[in-house]
Amino acid sequence: MESIRTLLELMPGYRDLPEFLQETLPSFCASLVIFAFIGILVMFLVWMERKVSAHMQDRLGPMYTGGWHGWAQLIADSVKLLTKEDIVPTAADRLLFKTAPFIVFVGAFAAFVVLPFGASSIVSDLNIGILYAVAITSLSVVGIIMAGWASNNKWALYGGMRGAAQIISYEIPAAMSIMVVVMQVSSLSMQDIVNAQKGGILHWHVFRNPFSFVAFFVYFICSLAEVNRTPFDIPEAESELVAGYHTEYSGMRFAFFYMSEYTNMFVVSAIATTLFLGGWTSVFPESLLPKWAPPGPVHFVLKAIILIFVQMWLRWSLPRLRVDQLMYMCWKVMIPLSFALILGVGFLIIY
Amino acid sequence: MKPEEIAVLLREQFGEKVLESKLDSLNPWSVVEPHAILEVCQFLKADNRLLFDHLELLGGVDFKDRIEVVYILYSMALRHRYTLKCRLARENPVVQTVESVWRAADWHERETYDMFGVVFRGHGDLRRILCPDDWEGYPLRKDYRFPEHYKDMPV
Amino acid sequence: MEFKYDGEVMTLNMGPQHPSTHGVLRLELKTDGEMVADAIPHIGYLHRCFEKHAENVEYPGVIPFTDRMDYLASMNNELGYCLAVEKLMSIQVNNRVRCIRIIMAELNRIASHLVAAGTYGNDIGSVTPFLHCFRDREKILDFFEETCGARLLYNYNWIGGLMYDLPVGLEDRIIDFLNYFEPLVDDLNHLFSYNHIFVKRTANVGILPADVAIDYGVTGPNLRGSGVKFDVRRDEPYLGYEEFDFDVCVGRGQFGPVGSCFERYIVRIYEVKESCKIVRQAIAKLTPGDVKESIPKRVKPPVGEVYMRTECPRGELGYYIVSDGGIKPYRVKVKSPCFTVMGAFREMSRGTMIADIISIIGSVDIVLGEVDR
Repeated sequence: MESIRTLLELMPGYRDLPEFLQETLPSFCASLVIFAFIGILVMFLVWMERKVSAHMQDRLGPMYTGGWHGWAQLIADSVKLLTKEDIVPTAADRLLFKTAPFIVFVGAFAAFVVLPFGASSIVSDLNIGILYAVAITSLSVVGIIMAGWASNNKWALYGGMRGAAQIISYEIPAAMSIMVVVMQVSSLSMQDIVNAQKGGILHWHVFRNPFSFVAFFVYFICSLAEVNRTPFDIPEAESELVAGYHTEYSGMRFAFFYMSEYTNMFVVSAIATTLFLGGWTSVFPESLLPKWAPPGPVHFVLKAIILIFVQMWLRWSLPRLRVDQLMYMCWKVMIPLSFALILGVGFLIIY
Repeated sequence: MKPEEIAVLLREQFGEKVLESKLDSLNPWSVVEPHAILEVCQFLKADNRLLFDHLELLGGVDFKDRIEVVYILYSMALRHRYTLKCRLARENPVVQTVESVWRAADWHERETYDMFGVVFRGHGDLRRILCPDDWEGYPLRKDYRFPEHYKDMPV
Repeated sequence: MEFKYDGEVMTLNMGPQHPSTHGVLRLELKTDGEMVADAIPHIGYLHRCFEKHAENVEYPGVIPFTDRMDYLASMNNELGYCLAVEKLMSIQVNNRVRCIRIIMAELNRIASHLVAAGTYGNDIGSVTPFLHCFRDREKILDFFEETCGARLLYNYNWIGGLMYDLPVGLEDRIIDFLNYFEPLVDDLNHLFSYNHIFVKRTANVGILPADVAIDYGVTGPNLRGSGVKFDVRRDEPYLGYEEFDFDVCVGRGQFGPVGSCFERYIVRIYEVKESCKIVRQAIAKLTPGDVKESIPKRVKPPVGEVYMRTECPRGELGYYIVSDGGIKPYRVKVKSPCFTVMGAFREMSRGTMIADIISIIGSVDIVLGEVDR
């Protein structure tokens, strides 16, 4: 953010703009940068998903478009989705139907504000960083219910209701496992949390004490439920509900849902990286790092992509849980476990 | 049990309600009076020497002068098979349902009604199963002619 | 099982077009939230009037029609019909024809069970086993293509013999395939069959007790999953099955009550291994001969009727043929195992959840072509 501000001040005529524009233009440029990053990231992630799933299923995946292993497949897919006919069902609630994808996307997009890509590469280092991230990602629930209701389709309604119940339930153990880390760092700010993990791999929260170790896995599983990935992909269960809450969507609106799913995956992986895996710090302690070591953002994105790879791996190996089994796991397994973790870390800190 | 012994048992129990039998064919059968079919089936299922607990096939055959309903029964416990037939008039084929004896008869009787028009008295839910609900005519009868119109639309 | 529902009941259509109904099956669900109060199946969307066609073509011409009923196990369909007509005409086939028929029927059973397992995984959410099963099924379909030219609908079993003899060297290739394939069944079990989530989804769902199953006329793996040890190949053998050594697999109640969806599924996996054994024994028993020597010039059975049943991958397929002495059959009635199982569906699915309905449909492994004929 600071770099954007300095860049803009270099431009002639910047100081002549009115005050409020001088304040808002940097944030606007930052959001454009993030949007571009998300665009490229989603393309890469979808290509990676198709390749990973293909190799797990003993086939090849995209191979033709663009030459080398079909890297341009996603560009072709985006062009196709953009040129599709925009169908709104006649009996659907038009306003809700049209705004639902954007709300779901905003919920994932706005969390990028607090993701610490590097030591100084963060859009805004809020001192309530992690609280803001958790709060804003729950905005997508509203979008999902709107999509399910506005489609005027009983199956989409089922998907929307199940999705809402699942996401809201799993926020609780996710937030409590985040508390485990916050208690150790005594700060909600993302940069503070990453700075507390400087010093190489053994200082990462995940290896610091057994409670954080378990909390990492609890958070990872709850984050799978947050992004509706198998084994928790009941809202979009392909074989039961065709496509769940986004059955009736086509073209650009569907592309928005698709993008927000992968953006959300990146956000929760990024939060897990920041909290447990050291964020933008590298595996080795800083004193041992050679001068040609890659900068912070590279480490950060690489760790997040490794976690995303694990999410994809789980998706293509495991069957789907039934709704009541999913709720049972949340309320009777995850929540007591995370309570116990908080108690354990509390004792550890006091003594 | 051999088919001959089964036929003898049936004769003893039901007398003239069992009309004719053909025991030297590949599929030994007996013809039963339509109004007695339910009690014959109940006897065949309950009797300790027979124990026909598996209804294998319930179907219709359209001969020129009659419609026959065929019941092929098998005993899983004792491993023997027997066939019963009911001869019904073509104009108004009515016979009692055996749904209360074997629940498998439910869908098989619906199909026989659908294809031949045999009405099974006492069946809980006798409606067409393979053809659409508003189909006219009984397709597997030999004199069935494909309809020219469906709801005033030429086919 | 009676289910008392309070509040409003919503009628939902799991319509003819649905990814998980294995064909065009329409289920009218009456749901209260996620619980299903009633699930009424409506069939007939794939009715192609097989029995009417069979009365209008000559006896050998009925064979392609029988292929298309259960299109995933065509060899078994044809086999049942040919055996019925041969019984009516008192034709005896030689040893080579018998062994080849057994090899083809059992290979087709393996292919059909692979489809059943793969699509069941697809419905439950695990997509990878679906592709692994189909990869292996392709190799079996390659054998069929080499022998008779078709991958799915063969017209291979003829009345009194076979269409073509086996190509040179096919027996060795089949043995190689079996050596490659049998360890993969264990892989499938590790990945999917004994997966904790899969067991939780299927082990207590859709219980069909043994006496209810017999009363509804259920046969085949569905009946064996309920604990009843009955297999036509063992109890009323045909084609010389009494000389083969194989086990009849029954549900053992490993993870829940016998008669659940898991039992019906795992019986099919055990049967795949048993079929591999039978194929090896049949290849060992092959003798040279002419596969077309008993085919009559004109199929004109005497007046009479016959009922013949064979063990198909989905149950017992029964053919009741009435002949009036002519060259066309007078009546061919088919007792289809999937049709009979669908009669029991309503009872199995009361009081379950929508996700369980999918589980139950997948476990009874229906093919709508056979339900509707």
